Amino acid sequence: MITVFAAWLAGLIFGLGLILSGMADPAKVLGFLDLGGAWDPSLAFVMAGAIAVAGFGFRLARTRTASFLGAAMKLPIAREIDLRLVGGSVLFGIGWGVAGFCPGPGLVAAGMGEIKAWVFVGAMLVGMGVFAWIERQRARRMGSHH
Amino acid sequence: MIAWNTFTPWSALAGGALIGLSATLFVLLNGRIAGISGLIGGLLTAARGDLAWRIAFLIGLIGAPLAYALFAALPVLRIDASYSALCLAGLLVGIGTRYGAGCTSGHGVCGLARLSPRSLVATLTFMGAGFSTVFFIRHIAGL
Repeated sequence: MITVFAAWLAGLIFGLGLILSGMADPAKVLGFLDLGGAWDPSLAFVMAGAIAVAGFGFRLARTRTASFLGAAMKLPIAREIDLRLVGGSVLFGIGWGVAGFCPGPGLVAAGMGEIKAWVFVGAMLVGMGVFAWIERQRARRMGSHH
Repeated sequence: MIAWNTFTPWSALAGGALIGLSATLFVLLNGRIAGISGLIGGLLTAARGDLAWRIAFLIGLIGAPLAYALFAALPVLRIDASYSALCLAGLLVGIGTRYGAGCTSGHGVCGLARLSPRSLVATLTFMGAGFSTVFFIRHIAGL
């Protein structure tokens, strides 16, 4: 139960950070992605601030076999740099550039009551469902070959 | 040319530090990566015991504007994209972040903070695709 509360708190702080940083606003994100126009470097400063702080967290996390609340440490183990990673990131980057929303800011903007953000989030959930469906079909087909 | 009138380095750094604090808390208390696309995507496939904390994180995230509004005025957002563009963008972000196994938070913040080469490649790729897309839309297609 305490881990559920910790997750809620982490989500809340994450959202507050997105709002304070200005990244909940797609116009500001697009101002960063528009190198050919009047460029707003703010997003780079958000990432620098976040990485600087999280760097300490992950350095400490690496030394632990369980979290401070006793949960298992689930750090990523994948190391492959393959077509899935790059192709998926290309699709994500295109979608990001089209509207200026990535998943976190989309949810925060939805929490601000923006109908357009809910439309984005709805479409994103459909996209994730499509991924899950394709992967299930693939797994079934692979399974039937063996 | 830098857009000095919209550039907000201090609030960007401070907001970023809060995001970093959230990622730190989440990995040290829950043992997990604060990657939003993975948190949402995992809802579809999560084991029963993995559902509650995912939903709790997302409730915190969506509820953040309510908490923020207690202390300061919420910023006014400008969403220029049309509804059809938002649908296209959402689909691409949904499929892309699942195949790419992460987004700006999982790869861009947590992955780079962990010095993961995989996340560095993903981040450079989606940044490059984002820069190219906006350049195409605004300066070539002129939309």
